[in-house]
Amino acid sequence: MKRFALLGNPNSGKTTLFNALTGSTAHVGNWPGVTVDKKEGKYKKLGEEIAIIDLPGIYSLSPYTPEEVISRNYILDEKPDCVINIVDATNLERNLYLTTQALEINVPIVVALNMSDIVKKAGDSINVSDLSKKLGVPVVEISALRSENIDELMQEAYKASNKQRLGSTIIEDKDLLHLINDVKIAFEGKGVENPLFHAVKLVELDSVETEMHPDLIKMVEDFKATFEDEIFGNDFEAIVADARYKYISKNYSGAYIKSANENKEVLTKSDKIDKVLTHRIWAIPLFIVIMFFIFHFTFSEDLFFMGAMGLEIAPTNGFTEFLVRVLSADLSTPTSELEALGGIPSLGVWLQSWFGAGTGAIIDGVRALFELGGEAVAGSWYASLVCDGLLNGLDAVMSFIPQILLLFLFIAILEDSGYMARVAFILDRAFRRFGLSGKAFIPMLTGFGCSVPAIMATRTLEDSKEKNRTIRLMTCFSCGAKAPIWTMLAAVGALAGFNGGLFVFTIYLGGIAAAIIFALFMKLFSKDQYVSPFIMELPQYHKPQARNVLAHLWEKLKHYVIKAGTIIAASLLVIWFLSNFGWAFWNGLVDIQESMLADIGRVFGYIFWPLGFSQNAEYGWMYSVASVTGLVAKEDVVGTLATLFGMADGLAEAEVGANLVGITAPAVWSYAFFNLFTIPCFAAVATAHGEQKGKEFWLTIAWWFGISYGTSLVIYWVGTLYEVAWWGGMLVTLAIVACIVAAGIIVTRRNKKYAQANA
Amino acid sequence: MLRTLNELEKGETGLIKNVTGEGRIRRRLFDMGVTPGATVVLRKKAPLGDPIEVTVRGYELTLRKEEAKMVYVEVNK
Repeated sequence: MKRFALLGNPNSGKTTLFNALTGSTAHVGNWPGVTVDKKEGKYKKLGEEIAIIDLPGIYSLSPYTPEEVISRNYILDEKPDCVINIVDATNLERNLYLTTQALEINVPIVVALNMSDIVKKAGDSINVSDLSKKLGVPVVEISALRSENIDELMQEAYKASNKQRLGSTIIEDKDLLHLINDVKIAFEGKGVENPLFHAVKLVELDSVETEMHPDLIKMVEDFKATFEDEIFGNDFEAIVADARYKYISKNYSGAYIKSANENKEVLTKSDKIDKVLTHRIWAIPLFIVIMFFIFHFTFSEDLFFMGAMGLEIAPTNGFTEFLVRVLSADLSTPTSELEALGGIPSLGVWLQSWFGAGTGAIIDGVRALFELGGEAVAGSWYASLVCDGLLNGLDAVMSFIPQILLLFLFIAILEDSGYMARVAFILDRAFRRFGLSGKAFIPMLTGFGCSVPAIMATRTLEDSKEKNRTIRLMTCFSCGAKAPIWTMLAAVGALAGFNGGLFVFTIYLGGIAAAIIFALFMKLFSKDQYVSPFIMELPQYHKPQARNVLAHLWEKLKHYVIKAGTIIAASLLVIWFLSNFGWAFWNGLVDIQESMLADIGRVFGYIFWPLGFSQNAEYGWMYSVASVTGLVAKEDVVGTLATLFGMADGLAEAEVGANLVGITAPAVWSYAFFNLFTIPCFAAVATAHGEQKGKEFWLTIAWWFGISYGTSLVIYWVGTLYEVAWWGGMLVTLAIVACIVAAGIIVTRRNKKYAQANA
Repeated sequence: MLRTLNELEKGETGLIKNVTGEGRIRRRLFDMGVTPGATVVLRKKAPLGDPIEVTVRGYELTLRKEEAKMVYVEVNK
């Protein structure tokens, strides 16, 4: 099967083209560096099937970050049958820079001029035949987003792939060409493939190349001594880069034809949006407001705090009860008598309660079916297996689908609009104090959705220390699968006497605050003062594409349901078995307190005892077990708790809250933060293992466990101290705050010293 | 008059004369189009004063003042 590789600048639309060609729904977004790994798909509209390989975007074939190495190596080592070089037509100059490098490789190339529809819309045009003649390779105008001309592109690529193509360079300087030729001959003698490409890179003293061929450096150095350019001296790196750009502006500036009445001073829509979103004063408050509303719309029980402000619109606290009454047609009680604060719930909570009512009805239906079989069937082990073991837990997991999708919707809109890159721009200065760059914030924001792509996205960070730190901090950003835990604990918390809606926000905000504090201490105890550079393209804003966003949501929904149906269902069945049988399981069902799981849980309980949540004799071990099953998938925490509590008292999940005796308010907080910071699910751990090798990976695991244990320990005991003597708790809190402030002062001073030393 | 890129005022245009420093950062700047002969416009500074946003070769680029110090420009008055 022939293989065509997609090569191009970051954010030039490679993945969009990949999706259009192969019918995939790979994740696209509007910031440089969405794709961090190569992906393969099939194109079937030609006589034979073609494998399409989507590669991470690169600006140059001299790689800078880890994901860029993947692209360079693929093109050079895997030798695709054709390279489709995607060029963003709205930015010919910088995009063609990569093209001039790719042309030096012995591989068939077809240039795809993407976003040509935008160029035309602006009234401009590109002289395609001229461009094609000058580059010496076919050029096809396409719109990946609208799937325009992509079949023509593939036909051109197929034609090109049947011919050999030798690399050619655009460098014109005679002396330099002479040197390149000498090096090329030396490479040919050694049997190196793509001798021209490697010769140019060696002449530039590209670091990958000099490591590979140290024996040839002397030749270049000797020549360098004799070479003297009037501007650059003998700085070949600058001479070659300059030669490429000069060639591009000389030959291709004519290819881009601007419309006659172009007025450069007119602000584009993108500029206008940008003026507001990156405003000197308003940018940071706006960012906080945007984040607040995302979580507010998804999780709040009391939209816009209308209830708290005394607006009585619909029952809030009694909303679930209200639903139950609607569903059971018991509307005899007037609404005013429901225990209501007023206000209305957020969209997320509203959707969730309806969805939950639906899944709850399914369980009731199944239970009713078993009851039709009489007492013997309803009380049988298999009825228990289906209802208590499987459905209870799955219901708890599935009922959060609307909320999680809503959260992903908001994140997808942020990603697709172009705002993500601006957040990095706005926050870089603040992040740098803590040894992170603004770029690190993009993976972190993605982490609110799912840690797996977020950990992979750390590849865009050039410094490996910064990458390690970002991976370790990732659990501070509550992923979508953890959201059900907070909502469930909020219900528990409401009984312990605090506001459930605020509880969820506190977890999210607390996570972010903790990330900053942890980063501060990482920096405090690190000897390395180096801060990696921040050089990044800011893409144009565009309207989020409904198709992209919906495809993304569909992927997430599919993933969630499949996970629930496979790994979560399987672990719930194991939990059911372990919690219904004793060690002598051949003796039949036993009371849950005498089960194998209770014993296992009690062992874990000793480890967690100092954290407070495992101290209750009857329920404590259930919390321990649930947080351990969270390693399988974070949804399992809620699934397991729902299963265990349900069985313990034979109650449905909706009533669980009322039966949560045996956990104090400080223990609820301790449990929440333990599950937030601790080791993430296996999928995320495996991803981290892929990104970090050996010692660094084990340090990450140790960090995750250590930091979650330590933080929960402090939260529980300080919280308990508050309950005993508030002034004591206050004193300890002040001492902790003082430590953080002191660390901040030390780090700031050190930063200043380091900056002065390097000035 | 030569100035470094970080010394430009908002809205000022400059012609890149030289990019100093060495190694990967300089290489990256070249690859992103920040080469002698290119025109840069300082678009804005981030809310906390750093990094800065410039237009170069028809697109928006953001870099820190630390990196911008390496770029020498001639300001057109």
